[in-house]
Amino acid sequence: MGIYFLCLVLFSLGVWCLFVKKNLIKKIIGLAITEYAINLFFILLGYKIGADAPILEKNNLSIVSVDPLPQALILTSIVIGLGIIAFSVSLVMRLYEKYKTFDINKINNLKG
Amino acid sequence: MIYIFSVLPLISAFLIFIFGRIKENISWIIATLCSFILLIFSFLTIFSNKVLVYTVGGWKIPFGICLVVDKFSSLFLIVINLITFLSLIYSFSYMKKYDRLYFYYILFCLLLAGLNGVVITGDLFNFFVFLEIASISSYALVAYKGGKEELEASFKYLILGSIGSSFILFGIAFIYGRLSTLNMADISNSLEFNYNKSSIIFALSLFIAGLSIKTALVPFHAWLADAHPAAPSPISSMLSGVVIKVLGVYGLSRLIFNIFGFNYNLSLILIFLGTLSMVVGVLLAIGQWDFKRLLAYHSISQIGYVVLGLGIGTPMGIVGGLFHLFNHSIFKSLLFLNAGAIEYNIKTKNLKEMGDLSKVMPITSNSSLIASLSIAGIPPFCGFWSKLFIILAAFMANLKLAGFLCILVSLITLASFLKVQKYAFLDKTNKNFQDIKEVPFSMVFSMSFLAILCILVGLFFPLVKDYIIEPASNVLINGKDYFKVILN
Repeated sequence: MGIYFLCLVLFSLGVWCLFVKKNLIKKIIGLAITEYAINLFFILLGYKIGADAPILEKNNLSIVSVDPLPQALILTSIVIGLGIIAFSVSLVMRLYEKYKTFDINKINNLKG
Repeated sequence: MIYIFSVLPLISAFLIFIFGRIKENISWIIATLCSFILLIFSFLTIFSNKVLVYTVGGWKIPFGICLVVDKFSSLFLIVINLITFLSLIYSFSYMKKYDRLYFYYILFCLLLAGLNGVVITGDLFNFFVFLEIASISSYALVAYKGGKEELEASFKYLILGSIGSSFILFGIAFIYGRLSTLNMADISNSLEFNYNKSSIIFALSLFIAGLSIKTALVPFHAWLADAHPAAPSPISSMLSGVVIKVLGVYGLSRLIFNIFGFNYNLSLILIFLGTLSMVVGVLLAIGQWDFKRLLAYHSISQIGYVVLGLGIGTPMGIVGGLFHLFNHSIFKSLLFLNAGAIEYNIKTKNLKEMGDLSKVMPITSNSSLIASLSIAGIPPFCGFWSKLFIILAAFMANLKLAGFLCILVSLITLASFLKVQKYAFLDKTNKNFQDIKEVPFSMVFSMSFLAILCILVGLFFPLVKDYIIEPASNVLINGKDYFKVILN
């Protein structure tokens, strides 16, 4: 139970970083941390201590194995996260070309 | 055959990537052809008598991914493919001034694939994947012009949208941890026995928070008013007309009505969020002088009507909400296309710099008048009937305050659009625009098509209601019957 709670703490740290930090690069790091926290949580859901990889053999059908489905899902989720991080970094590069700063307080042409 | 809805746009995105470099027009032809074929298919789905189910790879239902098209999905398929088709036709002339257009059409096709995928999928994780495809392509399309404001708006949209997606994925993790299944019908079945576990309630609240960010309901609305005006006009009309509905309202109503089951507390949450966005959206809209920003704030307000109608939960409220969703996609897309036409001719979005355009741009002016009257809810046009249903449902459910606020917000909307009509089209003091011409044919075609649709839906509303809206609302009213239909 405690290890799941630590995932929640990591998630909250990421969200805190997203909202509080003023630097665009640090915001992207916060975004990455939230994604990793969820990925870790999902993997831990299917994990058993001392279990094997889920490979069935003909003469040994009763092995204790971890749940393979979260691993397959998280592989997809990591790829999506990579896409978001790559896009946001390229966006920040273009923003730096236009504004010459990474500070979110100085990038304020639009008023919510 | 229902996998065609997300496979065909992906194939055409790939084809555009290969052939679009050769000549600019090829990419437009491929994208438009794709959306036209899908438009025909989406109309065909209304006439099938049973729920269409396709199992990917032939795996049986609780184990593999399945695609489901019921009547509720086909309402959304019609909305998505109709608006996409008209926006693509509009793009032909409007986007000529930009270079490397094949990237634009590739992103458009990916957006279409994501939206259609969200609507047809019957698997919760697959829902998340398609939602991310649609979201990432819309972040990129918002930044397409590449100016200062567009990049800033896109970054803001990206950060808030990603938080929303993270919440949704977190919710999926909780559901999987508790129920060990991801199939929507199977989850719905398992929840019959496990509903009140605290992890399920927590997952539901994560879903509501995440999907409210995608819908831009009021406490979560900050990104919308920046992102929608910054995009090119066809994309604004897609974002306001389709994306917030499909990613937000579709997800919310599918999860709440069909999977978790509707109850009194959820009804209160939806009514509160809906009424709040309705009022706050219109109050923020009335002071705006940027035409597209004004329309974006009105989107928040009108989505509030839809969520309020769904939250009332009586058959009449649900019919009203879904009908208003259908109408809003027509007239709000039309208004964004009008704003784009004005921007195309006189290069400004500021209402104070426009004026007296009704003589030189008659079709833009008249279609915008029709759309304004529809959004304000004037009787013969389409917006009136759906608002009437929602208001009647609110009073019949004894929600007098919500019903009264509906009427008040409708009046403020009318005032706000009278301002638009006066400053943009009828202001005689500004005489600088005598020598401009009406916009090119492709833009005129899309605008007049949508304007005629506004009038036709208003005049023949019983037909639309009987054939499209009511079958869709029955899926929501029957609620948990969803899993019985699919599992058998």
